[in-house]
Amino acid sequence: MSALDSKIPSGPLDTKWERFKFESKLINPSNKRKYEVIVVGSGLAGASAAATLGELGFSVKCFCYQDSPRRAHSIAAQGGINAAKNYQNDGDSVQRLFYDTIKGGDFRSREANVHRLAEVSANIIDQCVAQGVPFAREYGGMLANRSFGGAQVSRTFYARGQTGQQLLLGAYSGLNRQIAAGTVKMFPRTEMLDLVLIDGHAKGIVTRDLSTGKIQSYAADCVILATGGYGNVFYLSTNAKGCNVTATYRAHKKGAFFANPCFTQIHPTCIPVSGDYQSKLTLMSESLRNDGRVWAPKKKGDKRPPQQIPEDERDYFLERKYPSYGNLAPRDISSRSAKEACDEGRGVGESGLGVYLDFADSIKRLSENVVRERYGNLFEMYEQITGEDAYKSPMRIFPAVHYTMGGLWVDYNLMSNLPGLFVLGEANFSDHGANRLGASALMQGLADGYFVIPYTIGNYLAPQLGKRPSTDHPEFKKAEQETRDRINRFLSIKGRRSADSFHRELGLLMWDLCGMARSEKSLQRALNRIPTLRQEFWENLSVTGGNEELNQALEKAGRVADFLEFGELTCLDALERRESCGGHFREEYQTPDGEALRDDEHFAHVAAWEFNGIDKAPTRHAEQLNYESVHLSTRSYK
Amino acid sequence: MNLKLKVWRQKSATAEGRLAEYEARNIPPDASFLEMLDILNEELLAKGDEPIAFDHDCREGICGSCSLTINGIPHGPVNLSATTTCQLYMRKFTDGQTIYIEPFRARSFPIVRDLIVDRSALDRIQRSGGYVTARAGSAPDGNAILIPKTEADSAMEAAACIGCGACVASCPNASAMLFVGAKVSHLNRLPQGQPERHQRTLNMVKKMDEEGFGNCSNHYECEAVCPAEIPVTVITQLNRDYAAASVSKAVS
Ligand SMILES: Cc1cc2nc3c(=O)[nH]c(=O)nc-3n(C[C@H](O)[C@H](O)[C@H](O)COP(=O)(O)OP(=O)(O)OC[C@H]3O[C@@H](n4cnc5c(N)ncnc54)[C@H](O)[C@@H]3O)c2cc1C
Ligand code: FES
Repeated sequence: MSALDSKIPSGPLDTKWERFKFESKLINPSNKRKYEVIVVGSGLAGASAAATLGELGFSVKCFCYQDSPRRAHSIAAQGGINAAKNYQNDGDSVQRLFYDTIKGGDFRSREANVHRLAEVSANIIDQCVAQGVPFAREYGGMLANRSFGGAQVSRTFYARGQTGQQLLLGAYSGLNRQIAAGTVKMFPRTEMLDLVLIDGHAKGIVTRDLSTGKIQSYAADCVILATGGYGNVFYLSTNAKGCNVTATYRAHKKGAFFANPCFTQIHPTCIPVSGDYQSKLTLMSESLRNDGRVWAPKKKGDKRPPQQIPEDERDYFLERKYPSYGNLAPRDISSRSAKEACDEGRGVGESGLGVYLDFADSIKRLSENVVRERYGNLFEMYEQITGEDAYKSPMRIFPAVHYTMGGLWVDYNLMSNLPGLFVLGEANFSDHGANRLGASALMQGLADGYFVIPYTIGNYLAPQLGKRPSTDHPEFKKAEQETRDRINRFLSIKGRRSADSFHRELGLLMWDLCGMARSEKSLQRALNRIPTLRQEFWENLSVTGGNEELNQALEKAGRVADFLEFGELTCLDALERRESCGGHFREEYQTPDGEALRDDEHFAHVAAWEFNGIDKAPTRHAEQLNYESVHLSTRSYK
Repeated sequence: MNLKLKVWRQKSATAEGRLAEYEARNIPPDASFLEMLDILNEELLAKGDEPIAFDHDCREGICGSCSLTINGIPHGPVNLSATTTCQLYMRKFTDGQTIYIEPFRARSFPIVRDLIVDRSALDRIQRSGGYVTARAGSAPDGNAILIPKTEADSAMEAAACIGCGACVASCPNASAMLFVGAKVSHLNRLPQGQPERHQRTLNMVKKMDEEGFGNCSNHYECEAVCPAEIPVTVITQLNRDYAAASVSKAVS
């Protein structure tokens, strides 16, 4: 199908990227400043892209909804970033990182993209060190590493439990350098509300200034979306409160294909929900599984405090089921195992929705000080939120929505099916298949921004010189008008329910019916209920105030409206993928011992959805995944 | 829990502001401070009143968005451990208590609406020199520069700043010395930061003055409220580096 040409370069896997770079079109340095590039997003992907393109000489405009680009959601990443440096001499290599990522993704990602990611991973660490990112070091002065799930080598680089913060501050400093140099203009507190297409090419966006409400258009030679993931469709997640699907979903409505929306990652180690007032869930970094042991009582309904449960009445279920990876089994598998224990009535805590993450053995082996040094800030955070001291009794953890592997479909150039629309970072679907390995999102975001887009953008831009439209073009005026109409519609409903209450209801529904386990029946129910909820939203929404002011209720309404459409697409994708793989677990398709049962014959493909109108069925396109270097096998972590 | 709230309401940057009174009822002690405001906002919306605007995003104490002055103290009571507003839990308050909620106040932080202020001055200071000039693709191997663990740790200690501006809001002079000291110390403590050390220090201090931040007169309120526990030794380092940079500039 021509609409889904992945544009993978020919030739052997490990030379594709080199060849591609050589064959790519270059743009004359003196012409670069004549190109305007819009980057929406200032997280790792957006900030690194904007900074690097600015550095190369392009005229860049960068947008984010926060008051400062430094506050993008990437700031919250805790545990670390992978790279195939093999500094530990423990057998790592580009090939191994590539293979671990493909296998971790349960053989649902594109080989060529993943190989490129593994290749550039080492450059990322070098780049970040050069910027002054204070990665953890050993006493001899070399970079330190830790292990993450789904890998048997130690390739994760980290800065305390604040790796995302330090990497983002590095990218932000590069961005600042370009803003000072005049190559990048930054627009904080500005939300993109529509994509503008001219003759089928992405040539601009419509935005709302969140302080004043002003609706404005910006034209460019191409548009890059680096707007993050859509995990908040579940309402409760580890994502920042503002994370949303609006930018990518509006692009989808303009024709960009949405790929694999049902591939959502549920992270095994989060602090359990404590009440219905809860506004978000907090992750306890996967790095804790280096030294913490996960267990549940063997007996059902065992309400004794953990210290009083003797060793032989504890079930260290990950160590039992997956002896070779143990507590470092990948996320999808670990989450499902915890759910299983709870479903069997062996969950802990008041709600019964929790298992223990226990550090007692590590404290005995290493001392409390060493554990404090490694994870001090995480233990503090746990204490602040729960009021419990995890040095004395085990943490209680439960899976929570964390990351979204799905996203806008992109080819090898990271360009969507709409010419001129590029998608980077968590917002695209490209590298993680059906399950992302820990510490690989930061890697991907920075790979896309620092090392991929600077090479791939030229192929599109080179023939576009001088073709940039002005914002007076009727398409811009039309998009602005539609944006205003939509805002007026929110304001004029004057119903009785807040956007947040609809969001909560949608989230709960998604979690129950399209969460850790899905079935034909549950998904059909979700698909019945979401349109009804959406209808109520448009009849009974309450938004106070007006457009020409800072109006958080209005911002929220716009985002929830998109989630209410997008949730349906997610469920439909989950329904149509009649297999289990990675984070997508269909109850009908499992092995006798409860593992995900893939169907490579029918589903070794990317599902990319085309929008045909609200209340109209979208079209499902398939990009077949061809494996040249990897043998499709059943994932085993036993 | 039931609480009496006195909350700063201000419709826009130019409008007159005032403290409005609210009752927050049936607040679960395990709710966070911002969740308490969420509950109140839902009630306000249900009555057709405009909800209280406040900045927030990660709700994990790392993005630096949340910025409330609670009972006169940025991010709330300091006798608790270092914390941001979003990581403050209601169990730390007492039933029936009256709580004053105001924005981070400082000359350089104009109010945008209610509890939201404009902290872009901090971005502008960073832009004036808070970086190492390191072009993508030109970096040497990460292990080519050895950095002793103690040095890396001390840079990390300063780099942990979340850029919330509580230091400014707590300072009687509205000084940004802790913020600037943190950035300067982070980069100046590392080998990568040496080539641009003097220029960075001079530029950032100059910008800080231009943005209208006050001077440090050793109150140390900043250190007490800092959620990232940045120590005032970064201010000592800033002063020292500034002196050295000024001398070097005078000599050259
Ligand atoms: C708690 C937590 C911990 C994590 N820890 C790790 C880890 O240890 N290792 C790892 O590899 N990964 C980790 N991840 C995942 C990783 O942090 C994210 O996948 C990654 O940071 C996403 O980066 P991004 O640049 O794609 O998007 P984001 O950082 O989400 O940035 C999105 C940007 O888009 C902007 N934006 C969005 N919508 C709009 C709009 N409509 N208009 C204008 N601007 C918009 C936002 O303002 C923001 O600047 C973690 C995630 C969470 C939630
Ligand atoms: S909301 Fe991010 S630090 Fe408080």
